[in-house]
Amino acid sequence: MPSQRDDSQAQAAAPVHIAVDRAHANGTSTGIKIRARDVNVFYGDKQALFDVSLDVPEKSVTALIGPSGCGKSTFLRCINRMNDTIPGATVRGRIELDGEDVNDRSIDPVILRARVGMVFQKPNPFPKTIFENVAYGARIHGLTSSKAELEALVQTALKKAGLWGEVADRLHQPGTGLSGGQQQRLVIARAIAVSPEVILMDEPCSALDPIATARIEELIDELRNQYCIVIVTHSMAQAARVSQKTAFFHLGKLVEAGPTGEIFTNPRDSRTQDYITGRFG
Amino acid sequence: MTDAALPTDKAAFRQGLETRLKKRYAQERRFRLYGQLAITLALGFLVLLVGRIALQGYSTFIDYQITQSIYVDPAKVDRSDIGGANFDLLVADQMLARLGEKDDEFGETSGKMMDIISNDFGFQLLKMVKADPTLIGKTVKVTGPVKADAALYYKGELKRSTPEEERKLDNRQLTWLDRMQASGAVSKGFNFGFLTKSDSTEPEQAGVLGAVVGSAMMLLVTAVLAVPIGVLAATYLEEFAPKNRWTDLIEVNINNLAAVPSIVYGLLGLAVFINWLHVPRSSPLVGGLVLALMALPTVIIATRSALKAVPPSIREAALGVGASRTQTVFHHVLPLAMPGVMTGAILSLAHALGETAPLLMIGMISFVPGVPEGFTGAATTLPVQVFIWENASERAFHERTAAAILVLLAFMIVMNLAAILLRRRFERRW
Repeated sequence: MPSQRDDSQAQAAAPVHIAVDRAHANGTSTGIKIRARDVNVFYGDKQALFDVSLDVPEKSVTALIGPSGCGKSTFLRCINRMNDTIPGATVRGRIELDGEDVNDRSIDPVILRARVGMVFQKPNPFPKTIFENVAYGARIHGLTSSKAELEALVQTALKKAGLWGEVADRLHQPGTGLSGGQQQRLVIARAIAVSPEVILMDEPCSALDPIATARIEELIDELRNQYCIVIVTHSMAQAARVSQKTAFFHLGKLVEAGPTGEIFTNPRDSRTQDYITGRFG
Repeated sequence: MTDAALPTDKAAFRQGLETRLKKRYAQERRFRLYGQLAITLALGFLVLLVGRIALQGYSTFIDYQITQSIYVDPAKVDRSDIGGANFDLLVADQMLARLGEKDDEFGETSGKMMDIISNDFGFQLLKMVKADPTLIGKTVKVTGPVKADAALYYKGELKRSTPEEERKLDNRQLTWLDRMQASGAVSKGFNFGFLTKSDSTEPEQAGVLGAVVGSAMMLLVTAVLAVPIGVLAATYLEEFAPKNRWTDLIEVNINNLAAVPSIVYGLLGLAVFINWLHVPRSSPLVGGLVLALMALPTVIIATRSALKAVPPSIREAALGVGASRTQTVFHHVLPLAMPGVMTGAILSLAHALGETAPLLMIGMISFVPGVPEGFTGAATTLPVQVFIWENASERAFHERTAAAILVLLAFMIVMNLAAILLRRRFERRW
């Protein structure tokens, strides 16, 4: 045990920390959807992220893993600027979505969040009907012009989220009456209904039982053909199952990123090795 | 190495655990007992309070009416000057005639009769004859209450056993009352007049309608001003305002304002609304303005705590699908906070309803013998009416004080029921 601690300290003390992002180097991705460069996040005086640079490929699943408090959720929330809503949070560095800096003045956070949907740890449907939950985003963005169009959109979104079969006959019942797994898929349908390009998922299965989790994982696998998905997860097994690329965070730093297979079978950093083999975290 | 601190003697350890467990249960039982005692005590006081008021006030709702046929004597009622006729004397004379008595030359006997029957008879007769002068020379039936003192005799509160010089009615008057009752001329009934009439100098004709309407109008002004302003102010402070020294200062001041004695708001109202802005004094408008100022901090505090109680996940959900901050607040957060907001608003309105002191400062203590004529007309309110009657010298007003309190309590119960219903309605939206 002591040797491992020394090892990580030695790494952290290195003067220049270079996160190795192997995916791009290996040319395994089709294109880069999100490009983060030297992202630093502060909550008041406390720095939560240190110089994170990461490329997120288009139409695939990228998993962010790491122990609690390592900054993976913080990084996720930078992408759709949810950190703006936290008093005292400041973000430095550059995060590009299709080459555009999301923190640029010309980017409106409201439009950005329509392009970058988000699914949270705890299912948080609105206390309204299932239909209203899915229709809400379309309504506020004015995506549909008629009732029939809206109904079609809600149906499509629910079908994509794999929930249509279960709720088709009770669209006008409260969304909060569904089971946890159904609620989480409802929330995914709500995000899909706004036609996002990216879907961020912050530990979407941590409040679910294994069966509901399996259902969500299947869904993520189906969705990756259409969307760029970034998922934060505590479960390494889940990261291994659903993602094509994995990034390992530790103490606010990106330690290592690369194709999931390589990260799990052949990590370069000893901290990654220790974490994925369950020796700390 | 930490094992040393753990108990080694398992049996002693278990026994100690059991003794402590007994203590813990005893503590729990004691606490429950204290709680039950406290609730019993509180309920006891409530029953005592309401019971006493009800006992004192219920007799107000019983009144004694006499129906009398009155011949409108053309010799006494001048067709050209109907208002100049002494209808009271006309009524008294015929009441005496019914008892087989006659007025003396000084009018003392008829005066005694006028002391036991309400001058409401005279008013009614005057109204009828004015509306239809052909009644002169005919006989009309008039029903009216006995005077408050006579009613007290019928209710047994004024007793014949009291020495004659110490009571308001003498033996002769009591005998008349006995004879009238024995002849079946007096009918006992529910005092609808108390609910359909306004304040009067005569207790038997005094009612609470004017005060109830005045209170309702004033509360309407208060609600229309305090609730929207308070809710919007709280929403801004809680959801939009930056958290800095200024907003902290504002928050502290709002909390302090909620604790300012109500009479200070009365002084403020007097200085600002009446002396400076010239809002008519004693009107529901100025009363409502003052009470709105008073209710505002409470509404703001209640709304803020209701907003704080809305889970942040709902805000994140709305922001996450691209709702703007305003949309997030008005589509999701505020509707969810609504039950709490409603409860706070109704509680502060109920508090405003019972407020007396600031209204005294803005002149609502005046005698108002009618329903207020609009929001700028003179008005009185229920608690002020209670205050006025409590200070009246006539004994019959004291039972009316208690009855007015009962009406005030009923008003509050209705308001609280409305609050519960509103809450349910909003809660049904999950």
